[in-house]
Amino acid sequence: MDFKDSPEEAEYRARVRSWLKTNTPTSRINRTIGDEDSQSIAAAKAWQAKKADAGYACTTWPKEWGGAGGTPTESIIFEEEEERLGLGNMATVFTMGLGMCVPTIMAAGNEADKKRFVVPAMRGEEIWCQLFSEPSAGSDVAASRTRAVEADDGSGDWIINGQKVWTSCAHYSDLGLLLVRTDPGVPKHKGLTMFWIDMKSSGIDVRPIHQAAGSSDFNEVFFTDVRVKDSQRVGEIGRGWNVALVTLMNERLSVGGGFGPNWPELMELASRLPGVEGKGSVLQDGGFREKLANWYVAAEGLKLTRLRSQTALSRGQTPGSEASIGKVVSARQTQVLATEALDRLDQYGIVANDDATSIIGGFQQGFFWGAAMRIAGGTDEILKNIIAERVLGLPPEIRLDRDVAFKDISRKI
Amino acid sequence: MNFDYSDDQKFLKKEARKFLEARCPITSTRSVLDNDSKAFDHKLWREVAEMGWTGAAIPEKWGGTGLGHVELCALAEELGRVIAPIPFASTVYVFAEAILAFGSDAQREALLPGIASGDVIGCLATSEREGVILPEEMSARVVTGKLSGVKIPVTDGDIATYAIVAAQDEAGPGLFVVDMIDEGVVRETIKTLDPTRSAARVEFKDVPCERLGAAGEGAALLSNIFDRAAVLFAFEQVGGADRCLEDATSYAMERYAFGRVIGSYQAIKHKLADIYVQNELARSSAYYGAWALSTDAVELPEAASAARIAGTHAYDFAAKENLHTHGGMGFTWEVDCHLHLRRARQLGLALGGLPHWRERLVRSLERYSTL
Ligand SMILES: Cc1cc2nc3c(=O)[nH]c(=O)nc-3n(C[C@H](O)[C@H](O)[C@H](O)COP(=O)(O)OP(=O)(O)OC[C@H]3O[C@@H](n4cnc5c(N)ncnc54)[C@H](O)[C@@H]3O)c2cc1C
Repeated sequence: MDFKDSPEEAEYRARVRSWLKTNTPTSRINRTIGDEDSQSIAAAKAWQAKKADAGYACTTWPKEWGGAGGTPTESIIFEEEEERLGLGNMATVFTMGLGMCVPTIMAAGNEADKKRFVVPAMRGEEIWCQLFSEPSAGSDVAASRTRAVEADDGSGDWIINGQKVWTSCAHYSDLGLLLVRTDPGVPKHKGLTMFWIDMKSSGIDVRPIHQAAGSSDFNEVFFTDVRVKDSQRVGEIGRGWNVALVTLMNERLSVGGGFGPNWPELMELASRLPGVEGKGSVLQDGGFREKLANWYVAAEGLKLTRLRSQTALSRGQTPGSEASIGKVVSARQTQVLATEALDRLDQYGIVANDDATSIIGGFQQGFFWGAAMRIAGGTDEILKNIIAERVLGLPPEIRLDRDVAFKDISRKI
Repeated sequence: MNFDYSDDQKFLKKEARKFLEARCPITSTRSVLDNDSKAFDHKLWREVAEMGWTGAAIPEKWGGTGLGHVELCALAEELGRVIAPIPFASTVYVFAEAILAFGSDAQREALLPGIASGDVIGCLATSEREGVILPEEMSARVVTGKLSGVKIPVTDGDIATYAIVAAQDEAGPGLFVVDMIDEGVVRETIKTLDPTRSAARVEFKDVPCERLGAAGEGAALLSNIFDRAAVLFAFEQVGGADRCLEDATSYAMERYAFGRVIGSYQAIKHKLADIYVQNELARSSAYYGAWALSTDAVELPEAASAARIAGTHAYDFAAKENLHTHGGMGFTWEVDCHLHLRRARQLGLALGGLPHWRERLVRSLERYSTL
């Protein structure tokens, strides 16, 4: 066990530091997910391209695909250094592409698609979205009903009709990874197929949804007779579920972190707020200190658990369902910490602070976004099912629809 | 950076598990549980000493095997899994570590070889009354090299051959090494919540003692000794917690209710998933603690506190929910669930309870934020 840099790692870190020192962007994204505008997206794209030129974007991707062919440790080092400078959320618009969709193309796509998509995504030139969830298929995403049927003109093309929902970033994405039903005559997991799609294709209608936190980052996406080429298929016909699992596993790895301010910010806030009895500060309050200790332990434990999965990765092991731990713990902790921060502000906690980069504004955002994180990318309940079934080997949920042809499943919407 | 055991350490751990499965079945722990006059499993103690475990972190020049601290952590994890009924924690994690860290060369030469061979059983005596006690509040006194006072409870105080005792002398709080085979030492075994480990009330009446470390530095020494031990305890806790999860999972796969195994009910599945999450977080913190301990890192205080808090929390939680998963069977003497419940409390209190550790942790965080 070694939690310090080896000489080579220290050298890499020094190189990263000096590169960041001269190249750090002047225009930061002082925004949270769900609040991007054209200006912040442009800044994010410029930063991504700069990193790609220097070999710091997608550090671990193979050289043949434009990556740096680096070790997982190098990628951790770069992230840590970026984080230190407050650049951690510069790349959130690329999470869907770099964390989920493009790795899926790399695992299941054809050679032409890899050539076409990997480098532009890595350079931040193209933004991806994930078109999986539907009004009647969220946790049960294998119940997707958006249909793809072969065109009857012999072209081999597919015609797509249906609706996706909760699609983050769809309103400014260039590309999407789309899960559709190609055969309703077989059980639900067997009749799905995956495609990539150009979001500017005719017949796609993207309508932003006003979210609980106030902004509009996710969308409804309607498909009306959208034509796609068979070459846009990712994986075999009817194997869409297996491809989707690759995406979902990568999703859990990439959205492991928490959201917004964490224990250090709460500690700082507590040091300047008066204690309950009007004496001393909140930080001197015994009840607060006990909770703070627990939050520190959970946050550090998560960070270290993530590093452990990276060690497994660098030893050639595939990270398993243990990657689900991150979100189960951090999403709830985001919610709980934010509530504590507001509680400690007392009556003033209700006064909105629109500066998301301030501690209080950040916790107010976290108060809402913690709720979202507990749902997005698999709800708490679904993740616990995954841990119970895939890690602990407990029996799967009882399913009434597993062996029934999809079209015969009785349902209410 | 590398956040896992090395291949050699994994091999050692695997061999240790094999050995303990054969030599420390639950009947060994139960033989101590059910026999008031049996303080520990002597045979097992001899065997682990012969294999070099008690001297795993003791350098060869003092009779140890010099394997190292991470290796000792791996062994601790395995000992924790089987609820080993031996004075390993008091002797190795606490006493030996304290002598290694703060003993004079003469003290090391006198005591460490005996620990490595299994002849010395050590203990640490700090508590005197209910509630947290600070070194400057202790009433045990050393006057002209003679110790007087009462300590209770002292884990393994009834069987120890040597003790480190926290007491005050003219310089303030200090630590003192005592040869327990002295007529001025009056010890009385006491009943505790975990009869698989021994404990005593120990009275010292003008007992000759020798200072450990610098005069008046008792508080600082004790704090470091607790930090070092906390990391090793955390590995026992992680081992025990993992075992609870395994036991609960396998019972949940066998027991039927309402026509299906209880492990198919989501309330049970999610409970076990929660245990898994806590255990993994505790393991990660323990690993970081192992690193800090083995490299004498300046981060040891936070790393140890975090390992302690996560480890205590995980083992307590796993032990309780393991018992609950077993239903009525879980509440019987026959079924082993209560052994974990007991050991989880024993490990969770022997170095001080969580409120104390949480406060220690926040204090070290405050030190950083004012730097
Ligand atoms: C901010 C945000 C961004 C998102 N971005 C995207 C995106 O980019 N692309 C995309 O495809 N999707 C996206 N989603 C959708 C997300 O994946 C789904 O909302 C999520 O999987 C839950 O599905 P649902 O909304 O249909 O809820 P439901 O599945 O209807 O769940 C409702 C409740 O029932 C519980 N539940 C359901 N099944 C079970 C079960 N078997 N056992 C126990 N409890 C159960 C759930 O845990 C939940 O509490 C996003 C969601 C959010 C909130």
